[in-house]
Order: sequence, then structure tokens, then C-alpha cells
Amino acid sequence: MHPQRKRRLTIILVLVAGLGVAVALVTYAFRQNINLFYDPSQIAAGEAPVDVRIRAGGMVEEGSVERDPDSLDVAFRVTDFDQSVTVRYTGILPDLFAEGQGVVAMGRVNEDGVLVADQVLAKHDEEYMPPEVADSLKQSKSGDASM
Amino acid sequence: MVPEFGHFALILALALAVLLSSVPLAGALTGRSALQGFARPLATGQFVFIAIAFMALTRAFLLDDFSVAYVANNSNSLLPWYYKFSAVWGGHEGSLLLWILVLSGWTLAVAIFSRRLPADLLAQVLSVMGMVNVGFLLFILLTSNPFERLLPNVPADGTDLNPLLQDVGLIIHPPMLYMGYVGFSVAFAFAIAALMRGRLDSAWARWTRPWTTVAWCFLSLGIALGSWWAYYELGWGGWWFWDPVENASFLPWLAGTALMHSLAVTEKRGVFKSWTVLLAILTFSLSLLGTFLVRSGVLTSVHAFASDPTRGQFILALLGITIVASLTLYGFRAPAVHTRVRYGALSREVFLLMNNVLLMAAMLVVLVGTLYPLVLDYLGGGTLSVGEPYFNLTFSPLAVAVALMLGAGVFSRWKRTDGGWLGRQLLWPAAVSLLIAVIVPLWLGGFEPWAFVGCFAASWVLVATVRDIWGKSASRHGRMHGLRRLTRSYYGMVFGHLGMAVVMAGATVVSNYGVERDVRMTPGDQARIGDLTFRFESIGDREGPNYTAQQGVFEVREEGRLVTTLYPEKRIYNVQRSVMTEAGIDAGLFRDLFVALGEPVNGASAWAVRIQHKPLVRWLWLGAIFMAFGGGLAISDKRYRLRRRERKETDRQNASGVGEPAAEGGPG
Repeated sequence: MHPQRKRRLTIILVLVAGLGVAVALVTYAFRQNINLFYDPSQIAAGEAPVDVRIRAGGMVEEGSVERDPDSLDVAFRVTDFDQSVTVRYTGILPDLFAEGQGVVAMGRVNEDGVLVADQVLAKHDEEYMPPEVADSLKQSKSGDASM
Repeated sequence: MVPEFGHFALILALALAVLLSSVPLAGALTGRSALQGFARPLATGQFVFIAIAFMALTRAFLLDDFSVAYVANNSNSLLPWYYKFSAVWGGHEGSLLLWILVLSGWTLAVAIFSRRLPADLLAQVLSVMGMVNVGFLLFILLTSNPFERLLPNVPADGTDLNPLLQDVGLIIHPPMLYMGYVGFSVAFAFAIAALMRGRLDSAWARWTRPWTTVAWCFLSLGIALGSWWAYYELGWGGWWFWDPVENASFLPWLAGTALMHSLAVTEKRGVFKSWTVLLAILTFSLSLLGTFLVRSGVLTSVHAFASDPTRGQFILALLGITIVASLTLYGFRAPAVHTRVRYGALSREVFLLMNNVLLMAAMLVVLVGTLYPLVLDYLGGGTLSVGEPYFNLTFSPLAVAVALMLGAGVFSRWKRTDGGWLGRQLLWPAAVSLLIAVIVPLWLGGFEPWAFVGCFAASWVLVATVRDIWGKSASRHGRMHGLRRLTRSYYGMVFGHLGMAVVMAGATVVSNYGVERDVRMTPGDQARIGDLTFRFESIGDREGPNYTAQQGVFEVREEGRLVTTLYPEKRIYNVQRSVMTEAGIDAGLFRDLFVALGEPVNGASAWAVRIQHKPLVRWLWLGAIFMAFGGGLAISDKRYRLRRRERKETDRQNASGVGEPAAEGGPG
């Protein structure tokens, strides 16, 4: 083969091999690290997979936040005004976390249908709401008043 | 009256931008130099009117003119003056105005500093920038007018700037970032102009290079500022979240880094021309994509101001037009600029090609992770999010590969490098890096595979760079003479690469050996991290200008000796009644101590407290400063300064297309 063609072929093969590795890596990483969003109704209906990391969101139910006096454990209920689900979390809640506010929690649903969260996110300002939460509240009609 | 005046100035600027995007271009295409001559005055006029509009809005903020809706929504009379000033870009409309101000500023800079360019090329470049300006001026005037009035019901006071944005880092972060983002429009304009002319010579690369470098420096600093701000203000000590908004600024940075390197090859060797042009288009398109992601409200983020969907559609249309138009032009013209220059399989050209391939792969990995959830959601495939582990898993190996390639690449020569010689050069760096990669993790608290890999990659870049300086500074007249002989652009490259080593070292060490503990503490309690004792002394009230705070006092001791006292705060801002955490940080070159107050538990007698020990966290931002400094050195190189002095001469010749001989050890 012509040396220049040979070199070009080598470069192309290296690029293709590199691309293949990259695609494989991306696919693998995707399979491990994608978190689907479920609203409280879906979780209550048992649609969310058990022990798989998911995102869940809704409003923090008024009067549902319970803090353990001796540790940083906290439990609260998240609602879409149709169904609600209990979330358990250990650690510091974000500044904007409050009853009656929208939150998104990342974690795993256990066998009792409780979401054990490893991360809780609250909305960033008064007007803004995570799009998923807004959508899921829109779907359950009674949420209108508080939007 | 003044706000209306500002609005009117924007409309005039639009008119000038329309002229700028058409008249000089027509002049260049028909060869009428009189029409080309309009480019500079139009660019100046456009900048002046946008600056007037910007000043009008700034005035409204400083004078608390709450009849302007944007001011009423983003300011308050109690706000300190400097936050009133930075509140100008604290919301959607104002930040867009800043975007346009920066864009017209870059246009003006090109008009001023490119006098040695052929007049018709300059006319085309300024016209292309004018087109971008038309798009964004239309955007601001049609969808996001910052001067809209709230009449006749003028509010008594404003609803305040989001407390998260009331911070020094946020005063300079957006302007820096925009200087970077928008700066890539210059490279883009040069690329489009070159395509229109069908002449992609090394002169084109030489002209584009300093502009790209400057934009890249600003973007590096802008990203670092954002990360620093997130660290102490938002993130409870996190410094990078792979948040779509962060990615939005990181994507053009990755493409811009690739562009800088491929411009070097195009300038020195006249190869990769089509690729470099494509990269220039891609980089600016990614800047626009970033603007779309951040400004359209499709994302959940601090940056996503509540906004209506027409805005998103408008930017998306701008992005679409830019990409389709420039790629069409590219499709027609790129094959015409084909050249044939020979280089070996082991040459600086190939190393820089690998750099580009790896950076592009890294960019694509981040792009896929960022866009996949949005696209899937749009197609109705459900809402999901791509977690941090995805990015860490895919990006880290690529970053390490870039570093390994870099270490070997600094020794490589243009055209052909001897494999045996290269191997001998790399022996020492490999040995020393291996030693560092084993010792540092063990010393910091135990072997971790990723810490080993990261430390190896960082020290590999460091040692190879130093070894290269040593080799290149050898001189019969002594080492100092040799060091002085090396060009500024070479030192620019050195600092850029050292910056990367420093960032990698910081990222590796802080993510593997940083300690973070959430504890429940009452005043008098202690918590330990290693040899350090954090003692919660007391908590009391403090009044700020527009907030009230509870301030904690923490004494940190190491074996009984007082290291520092930290004062973390929990603030409540008066107007929005929002709660903010202000961390107490003892910053150091080798470690940060970090205390943040969570919330009161058990009826305010106890607090949830986060304490952290962050080794080398400052290196992340120090590295970015190194990089920007390196870029600054590179563009202050003699060959750019000399040329300014020779300007008159070259103006007369109207020279174009003669590449200068490769300077020894130029940046790669």
C-alpha cells in the first residue's frame, strides 16, 4: 500500500477505535447513572422501581416535617395534592426547603414505599419551580391554587 | 425619560448593526472600497449607542427608578450601591444587554486593532459580527426589553436582587464569562469571512489566534469564578456539579481549547485548515447553545430566570440559523481550500491532532450528558436526569488521556520526531511522576486508584513541561541567557500547561481526600476531622445592610494550638425573606477549612453543621489563573507587538497570505 494511504488508514483506525471506546463508555455510564423522575402518585401506586436511584418531586406537605431531636435525621411528606409519599433524609436540608414549597429528592424507594433520599434540592427563587414539579402539579388538578 | 432614551439608543444601534452587516459586505463583494470604509465608523457607532443604553439602565438601577419593571424586579433601595450596579445583569433582560455590550465591544476592538488587515477582509469580518449583533439586538428589542415601564402604578420599592447573586464573585463572573463566550464570535467571524473569500491561508490563522486566546483566557477565568462562587456561596463546599449550566460554559471552553491548538498547527504548518474553520464555527455555536440553555428556562438552575417560551424559541432560531448558514457556506467552500503538506506519524502535528480528537470526545461526552435529558423530555420520552457519576466516569479518563498526550507532545517536533529520542526524553518524567503518584496518595491518607491516576497525570504534565524548559534553555552563554531567549509565547504555553497540571492535581486531591461531615452541634460541642478539632463556641445575632444574620463562632485547633476562628452565618434577607448560608472559610494554599451552618434542630438549641477539610481546593482556581496568565503572555509575544510597530509599512503593502517562519519552540 502507498505509505501515505497506509498512514491515513492508521489514523482513521485509531479514530474509529477511540470513538468506539468512547461510545461504549458513554453507554455504560448512561445505564448506571440515569435517574428517572416519578411523582408521588406514581410512587404511591408502586410504579417506581424499588432500590433504584430515582428523582421524585412535589410540594412538601404542611406540618409533615419531623426532625429527630438527637441526630440529623429528618422525615417529611411530598405531595402532588393527590397522593403523597414519605421521604427520609439524613443531613442538612437546603436553605430554601420549607413546608409548602416545591422540592426534588434523589434517592431510592424501599420496600415500605418510603423514599430514602441522599440529596434534597429546593427551588432557587420565589417564582421558580423545577419544571418536573410544575408539570406533575399541573396534572393533578387541585394544585392550581398554590401555583 | 432616560429609560426611553436607552430604548431608543438600542433601536438606533439595531439600525447601525443592520447597516454594518450589509454595507461593508456589499463593498467587499463588489470591490468598492468606499463602502468597505463604512465598517469601522458603523462598528464604533453601534458600540456607542449600546453603551448609552447600558448606561441608561445602570443609571436607573443606581437611582432606584422602580418605574422600570426590570429594576423593580431586580433591585431594592436598601441594596448596597455595588450590588445595584451588578444587579444590572442580575436578570434576563439586563444580562442580555451585557451580552450585546460585550459583543459590540469585541466588534469595536476588532475595528481598532486590525488596521493591518486587508480592508476587504476587515469589512467582511465586521459585517459578520454585525449580523450576530442584529440577531441579538432583535432578540432584546422583541422579547426582552429591559426598559419596559411599570406605569402608572410605580412600586414604592423593588423586590430585591436574588440574595444568591448578592456577592462579589457574582459582580465579575458574568462579565468575564461573556467576554469569553462572545469573544469566540471574533474567531467565528474570521472563519466565515475566510470561507466567503475562499482563502484559508496561514495568515488567516495568525490573525484569528490572538483573539481566540484572549477569549479563552476570559472564559477560563469566568468558569473559575463561577466554580469559586458555587464553592463558598451555593454549593456547601462543592466546586463543580456537572450542572447543565456549568456544562453550558464548559462546552465552548473545551472546543475553544481545541481551536487554540489547531490554530497553532494551521498557522505554523498550514495544515488542518478545514478542520480549524469548522472548529471556529463549532466553538461559537456552542457559545450560542450555552446561551440558549441558560437563558431559555429549559433548565432548573439559578441562572434560569422565570421566562416565557418565546425567548427560548428565539435563541434556538438564532442558533439554528447560525449553524445552518455557516455549515452551508462551509460545505460549499471548504473543499476549495484543500492543501497537501507532509508530516510524519510521530510529529507535533499528530500530537496536536490527538489533542483535538480527545478534547472533542470530551466535549461530546459532556454534550450528550447535558442534552440527552432535554431532548428525551421534548420527544415525550419522560423526565430523567443524568447524574454526576456519568460525567465523572466518562470525562475523567479523557482528561487523563489529554494530559498523557500533552506530556509527550511538548517534546515533539514539527514534521517528524525521532521515536527513540522522544522515548529518552520521556523516561525521566515517567519515573518522577510514578514516584509522585505513589508517594502523594500514601502521604495524604491511603492509596486510591483514581488518586494515583490523577496525580500521575498532573505530575506528568508538570515534569514534562519543566524538562522541556530545561532542554530548550540550554545555551553556551549559561542557563539564564537560555531562559531569557525563549519567547513569551513559549512561556505562555508553559503557563497554560502548568495551569492544567495544577487544576488536575487540585481536582484529584480534593475529590479523593477531602473530608465532609454533617454533624449536630450545640454551643460547646466539638467535632473532629483528623488532627483538627472544630469547637462550636457560640452563636449570636448580627445586622447587615439588608439582612439579619445569626453568626456562629467556631474555633479550630490542631493539637491544642489555635489554627483559626471561623464565623459562618445564616442570613435572612429582609425583602424576599429568603434564607442564605454564608460559610466560614479559612483559605490556604494547601487546604481550606470550611464550616457552614445548616438549620437549627431541636428548637434552636442545636444546629446542623457541615464541617469540611478540603486539601488543595484553591489549586482549581489557581490553575485557571495560571492558564489565563499564560494566554496573556502568549498574546504579548514580540511577534504581535513588532507587527503593530510595522503596521504602517504593512498597511501600505496590504500584505496577505505570507505565513511567517515558525518561531523556535512556539506554542503548541
